[in-house]
Amino acid sequence: MLTTMNPASRRRRMTLLLGAVGVAALLAAALPELTAAGAAAVTAAASSATVDIDNFAFTPAALTVTAGTTVTWKNEDDSPHRIGDKNGTFKSAALDTDDSFSHTFAAPGEYPYICTIHPYMVGTIIVKPAGS
Amino acid sequence: MADRDDKDLSGAAKMNRRGLLKCMAWTGTGVVWTLSGGVPRTLGLIGGAAAAEASQGALTFVQISDSHIGFHLPPNPDPSATLTEAIEKIKAMPTQPAFLVHTGDISHLSKEEQWDDADQIIKSANKQVFFLPGEHDVADADNGKAYLARYGKNTKGKGWYSFDHGGVHFVGLINVFEFQPGFKSAGLAKIGDEQLEWLEKDVKGLSASTPIVLMAHLPLWTIYEQWGWGTQDAGRALGYVKRFGSVTVLNGHIHQIIQKVEGNVTFHTADSTAFPQPAPGTAPAPGPMKEVPANELRKYLGIRTVNYVRGKGAPALIDSMLVA
Repeated sequence: MLTTMNPASRRRRMTLLLGAVGVAALLAAALPELTAAGAAAVTAAASSATVDIDNFAFTPAALTVTAGTTVTWKNEDDSPHRIGDKNGTFKSAALDTDDSFSHTFAAPGEYPYICTIHPYMVGTIIVKPAGS
Repeated sequence: MADRDDKDLSGAAKMNRRGLLKCMAWTGTGVVWTLSGGVPRTLGLIGGAAAAEASQGALTFVQISDSHIGFHLPPNPDPSATLTEAIEKIKAMPTQPAFLVHTGDISHLSKEEQWDDADQIIKSANKQVFFLPGEHDVADADNGKAYLARYGKNTKGKGWYSFDHGGVHFVGLINVFEFQPGFKSAGLAKIGDEQLEWLEKDVKGLSASTPIVLMAHLPLWTIYEQWGWGTQDAGRALGYVKRFGSVTVLNGHIHQIIQKVEGNVTFHTADSTAFPQPAPGTAPAPGPMKEVPANELRKYLGIRTVNYVRGKGAPALIDSMLVA
């Protein structure tokens, strides 16, 4: 799913790299730090964005970023929450109050996610191609 | 202020926290409930003749729930202390229960030290304990492996089990591993096909006069969809037990007592021993009621005693607050 329709060869090389990261993430869904660290390595100096978790809701519920952006979820709620992407590409540990989790979105696409502790809590990260 | 809200909820859930507290204060005085033919009626105050009769039943057990060891915020920075009080209350019961059931969220964050603390406290009751996981107990990196390694011995599948005691058939159902995410439909818990198939076989050979107790962490009926307080495939589980004359469903998760009667099935959620949560829809979110003052907290916490009397199908339930 990280393989995108990007024509430039420079991009293709990056896609392959990211594809490898994606496979690693799928193989080790229980080790989210692998994904975050690996993705961060190929997208150094990327921009960042934040999703707040409060009152059992993600704010903003839909966040649009460009590829390479690191999104950080910060749990400001009195209950623990846990981020899990619908397709299994990223998953946080259980985040206690004031804990946070980051994931770098290398490939464009839509990433619907939930709180796996409270599956009625849903959000989406929309990743646009870099430079678009 | 009205005791009920106008939200379109099931009949039993149409009560806000204040109304509920009044009822809890009332149950806390020690009124024994019996559920007979689907109609709850009171037997009288604890210590009365009727209650004494109930307490001499074939089987008495206690339900505790949602101890959340590791929680550290208002309104209860020390849930180990309130769990200890709950266990002391059980130890002081004149009729000692045959066993305890814990309907989940033993820990707050699936950490070994949190379960260690809980086990240490609960062990002092010197009773057999039947545990079920809450979603907080399967939040480890391996998605429940730690819980199952610790509490899942002698269970089927992902921790489910059944046993018989005093002529009553108990089923421990797990509804914290599977769920329906809330993208286009309600985000609810699920029991899952494998477990449901097991349940169907488990109860198949039993006589319809066998009293059944179904236990699970999340409610087996939809109390409040907007907060995920329900189990998407609970109807199928209930279908397998509808032929029985007495079915008692014991749940946790919502940290308050809500009850409902549907034919021969009575549904009961339980108080937490750690912190209360708001009545359905009365707050922006279902988190801890942090505004509860310290000297009021124990009115919102409690334990439940269940008495089966031989020859009477439905049990009597007593919910007691943690106040002295």
